[in-house]
Amino acid sequence: MKPVNHKAWFLVAPVLLLVAISAIIPLMTVVNYSVQYVGSTGRFAWVGDEWYREVLHSEKFWNALWRNLVFSGVILAIQIPLGVLIALNMPRKGWGVPTCLVLMALPLLIPWYVVGMIWQMFGRVDIGLMGVMLRDFGYNYEGDPMDAWFTLILMDVWHWTSLVALLAYAGLVSIPDAYYQAARIDGASKWAVFRFIQLPRLGRVLTIAILLRFMDSFMIFTEPFAVIAGGDPVFLSTELKQTVELGKKAAMSIIYFLIILAVSWVFYAVMTRNDGEPTSADKARGGGA
Amino acid sequence: MLELRGVFRRVGGVAYLSDVSLRLEPGTLNVLLGPTLSGKTSLIRVMAGLDRPSAGSVLFDGQDVTDRPVSKRNVAMVYQQFVNYPGWTVRENIASPLKVRGTAPAEIEREVKRVADLLRLRDYLDRRPMELSGGQQQRVALARAIVKKAGLVLLDEPLANLDYKLREDLRVELPRLFADSAAVVVYATTEPSEALLLDGVTVAMHEGRAVQSGPTQSVYREPQDLTTARIFSDPPINTLPVEAAINPARFAGATTLALRAHHVRLQPRSAASDVYIAEVESIEINGSESFVRLNVRGQHWVMLARGIHTFAPGTSLTVYVEPDDMMQFDAAGRAIPSKREAA
Amino acid sequence: MARLDLSNIRHIYGPPGEGEPQYALRHVNQAFEHGGAYALLGPSGCGKTTLLNIISGLVHPSEGRVRIDGVDVTDKPTEKRNIAQVFQFPVIYDTMTVRENLEFPLRNRGVAAAQIKRRVDEVIEMIGLGALARRRARGLSADEKQKVSLGRGLVREDVSAILFDEPLTVIDPEVKWTLRTQLRELQRRSGMTMIYVTHDQTEALTFASGVVVMHEGQVLQVGSPKDLFEKPAHTFVGYFIGSPGMNVLPTKVDGAALRIGEYFAPLTSEPRLRGNPKLELGIRPEFVRLAAEGIPATIERIEDIGRHRIVRTRMLGHSVTALLQEHEPIPADPHLYFEPEGVHLYADSWRVELSGKPAP
Repeated sequence: MKPVNHKAWFLVAPVLLLVAISAIIPLMTVVNYSVQYVGSTGRFAWVGDEWYREVLHSEKFWNALWRNLVFSGVILAIQIPLGVLIALNMPRKGWGVPTCLVLMALPLLIPWYVVGMIWQMFGRVDIGLMGVMLRDFGYNYEGDPMDAWFTLILMDVWHWTSLVALLAYAGLVSIPDAYYQAARIDGASKWAVFRFIQLPRLGRVLTIAILLRFMDSFMIFTEPFAVIAGGDPVFLSTELKQTVELGKKAAMSIIYFLIILAVSWVFYAVMTRNDGEPTSADKARGGGA
Repeated sequence: MLELRGVFRRVGGVAYLSDVSLRLEPGTLNVLLGPTLSGKTSLIRVMAGLDRPSAGSVLFDGQDVTDRPVSKRNVAMVYQQFVNYPGWTVRENIASPLKVRGTAPAEIEREVKRVADLLRLRDYLDRRPMELSGGQQQRVALARAIVKKAGLVLLDEPLANLDYKLREDLRVELPRLFADSAAVVVYATTEPSEALLLDGVTVAMHEGRAVQSGPTQSVYREPQDLTTARIFSDPPINTLPVEAAINPARFAGATTLALRAHHVRLQPRSAASDVYIAEVESIEINGSESFVRLNVRGQHWVMLARGIHTFAPGTSLTVYVEPDDMMQFDAAGRAIPSKREAA
Repeated sequence: MARLDLSNIRHIYGPPGEGEPQYALRHVNQAFEHGGAYALLGPSGCGKTTLLNIISGLVHPSEGRVRIDGVDVTDKPTEKRNIAQVFQFPVIYDTMTVRENLEFPLRNRGVAAAQIKRRVDEVIEMIGLGALARRRARGLSADEKQKVSLGRGLVREDVSAILFDEPLTVIDPEVKWTLRTQLRELQRRSGMTMIYVTHDQTEALTFASGVVVMHEGQVLQVGSPKDLFEKPAHTFVGYFIGSPGMNVLPTKVDGAALRIGEYFAPLTSEPRLRGNPKLELGIRPEFVRLAAEGIPATIERIEDIGRHRIVRTRMLGHSVTALLQEHEPIPADPHLYFEPEGVHLYADSWRVELSGKPAP
C-alpha cells in the first residue's frame, strides 16, 4: 500500500506545457494540413491520405530520398573516421591544446548560409581559387551535377568534421592514463591501443556524433540552396521548398519527420545495444546498502 | 530525539528496510553497524528525509516528520566521499551553512574560528579543498556539519576513504566533536572496532532489520543472537558445533558455540582452559598483531595473537580456550545466557 | 625472473632549477632479490608510486640508475623491460572476453598458439575465473575485473617482476581478506619477484617478507614485519606501523638508562652517541605496563575495543598510550612501567642500535 503523491504533477506541468507549445501543437497543425486540400482562398477540404499517396508515388520524392541517404552515408563515412583521426593527432598538453581547439571550432562558428556563399565563390571558374585551379588542371568545374555533389560534400566536411573531432577529443582525454600504461606493459601496438582501448571508450561519444551528423546532414537545406540556388541536385528539403500546395507540403514534412525519427532510432538502438547489460557490480550496488 | 516506528522501505519488490523501530537520543553517538548492503544507507536516507518510508513513521522530538522533505528538516550529512565546494576556500566552505541562514558576519567569523580550532583547520582556512589531504578534506566536511548546528547529524561511513592512520586519529576525535552538541548524531560503519571506539549506542543491522540495539558494550558482550555476534566481530567470529567441543555436556541446550578471535590463545589463562589442537592455514599481520587462520576440528577459525608470528602453513599448534569465553546459541541462533552473566 | 637494483635514485617534480626542488624521491638505494615478495609501504605522497613507476619505466628518474640482472635499463621504455604492472583501478579491455584479455599480452609478443592456450588455462585456474572465461569483461564486478588485471600480469612467464599499485583499493572489505591471502599464495607458487605498493599496513605486512617503509621521498627502513614491530628504525616507522602507534618522548641518556624528568628507564646496554643529537625515547603501547610502581601518570581516557583496552594517559606532561588486555586490572593509583626490551633510543629520529657493552 503506497500513497500516491499528486503534487509531483505540478512540477512536471511547466515542461509538458512547453513541449506542447513548441512541438506537439505545431506538429498536429501540420498533420491537420496534410489531410486537407487548402485552396487559395483559405478554403479547406478533406482529402484523407491522398497527399501521402501522391508523395509516395512520385518518382521525384524517391529520387530525392535516395540522394539524401547517399549524401548522409558519404558524409558519415568521411567525417567520422576523419574526425577521430584528427582527434587522435591533436596535442594532449601544452600551448598546442588551446590553439588547436580554437582552430577546430572556427568553421563551426560560421553561419550555414555564409558557408554556402564562401564555397560558391571558391568554386567559381572565373575568380574562385578552387575553380581556377581546377580549370588550370584542365578540368572544367561547374555545370555538371557531379561537381555540385562534390562541392556539397566538401563543404559539409569542411564545416562539420571539426565537431566530430572535438567530440572525439573530449572522449579521448577522458581515458585514464593507466589504460595507456597497461597497454605499453602488455606490449600492445598503436593499432591495438586504438582498437581495444580508444575505440571502445569512444563508443558513446561517437554514437552522439553519428546521430547529430546524420540528422543534420539529412536535413541539409541551406547549403544546397546557396550553392545551386535551386538547381540540381535535389534533396528532400529543396523538393519541399519547391512544392506549392500547402497540403502536399505538410504530407511531405510528416513523411520526412518520420524517416528521420525512424533512422535515428535504429542508429541509437544498434549502437547502445551493449550498454544496457547490467554488470554484477551494478546489481550488487542496486541494493543501496 | 529521533524515533522510527515500524519503518519499511521497498522499491520494486526489493525490501531495503523491514520493520525498523528505534529511539535515538542526543548527547551520545548512535552507531549503525552492519556489513555492506545491510540497510545502513537506506536507513540514513529515510532519517534524512531523502527517501520516504513505504510504511511506518519518523518522529523528531515527538513531531511526525515522515512527509517533511529534507530541505525543511535541518539535517547535516557527511558522506564517505569528501563533499565540499571545490571553488571556495575552507573558510567559505565552513561558513556556507551559516550564510544560507543569514547569520551576521561577525557571528559567522566567530563560529568558523571555533569550529576550525576544534577540527585543527585553523592554518588552512584560506586554501581550497583540493589543496588539502583527504583527512583534511573530510575535516572540512565535518566542520560544515558541526557549524550548521542541525538537530540531526548523519555520518555515513565518513572515514572509509581515509588512510588507516588518519582514520585512527579522526576516530579518536569524533566523540569529542559532538560531545557538547544537542543534536542526534548517527554514524554508519561496517567496522566493529569503530563502533567500540566511538562507544555510545550501537544498532546492529542485518538485511534491512535492526537486529539489536543498546549501549555498545552490552551489544558487543551480550549479543542476543548469532547474527549480532557475527556482525559485531572482526575478524569473523569462530563457531563450533557443540558436539565438536571438548566436554560438550557443559553446554547443555546449546547447538552452536561461538568464540571471538582474541579468545583463542597461545597460552592458557587458567587451569580450567580447554586445549585444542589446530593446524595453521595462513597468517595476516597488521603491524602489532597477527591473524592466524586455523583449522580446528574441521572448523575454520581465526586467532588474533599479539605481536608478529610467522608460523608456516601446516604447522600444528596448541591453542587454549576459556570455557567462559564461549558464547552459546540454541538451534534457532538465540543466545543462551551463560553462567557468568547469571552469577 | 631477476634481481632489480636501484642506485642513487632521485626524482624531482616540475622543471629543475627554479627555487627549492620538489623531491618526490630524495635518495633511494634499494635491491630487490630474485623471487622475493616486497612491499613499498607509506602514507600518500611518500613517493612509493613514483618509485614503482621508475622501476616499470613509466617515469624516468631525474638521477640514478635502474638495473635488471646487472643490465642498465634506465633509458629503456616500459615495453622493453619485461615488467608487468597491476594498477589501482582495474584496467581491462572492455570488448574482449576474460580469456582474450589474458591472451592479449602473449599475442602481442608473438607467442605460439599452443603455448598461449596452456599458459592462459593455468592462469585462469590460478585466479579462479574458470566459470567466467567466456564472459565479456565489461560485465564483471570490480573484484572480478581486478582479478583479470592480475591475471594479465601473471600470464607472462618471462617477466622480471610484477608490480602492484594499491591493487585492492576498489575491492570490498570481505573480498580483500581472501584476495590478500591468495596473492601471497600466488607469489609463493609462482616464485616471481613481486613488488606491492600500499598505504595499508595489513596488506603490506601480510604480503611481503621484505617491507620497505617510505616517508617524504626517503626509505626509512627495510625489514621483515617482525623487525618493523620490534625494532622500528625511525620514529615515523614506530608511529606508522602498529595501531596505536609508538609513544615518543623527549629523553636524556644517563649511563645505561634513559632519564625522563627525575625517573629512569633502564636500557639493555649503554648507548654510544656522536655529536649532540635530539634524543627521544620510543616505546610501543604493548610494552607499557600499568603498575603500582613506576612513573606516576593520570588516566585521561580508556577506549575498550573488545580485544584490548587503549589507555590514554598523561605522564610528566606527555601523552603516553598503553594497551591493556581484556582482564588486566587498572590500579587505583596508576604508574607506568616501561618493559626494557621495548625501550628504544632515537637520535635525531633514527634508532640507536644498543650493541655496546652490557649494562653494569
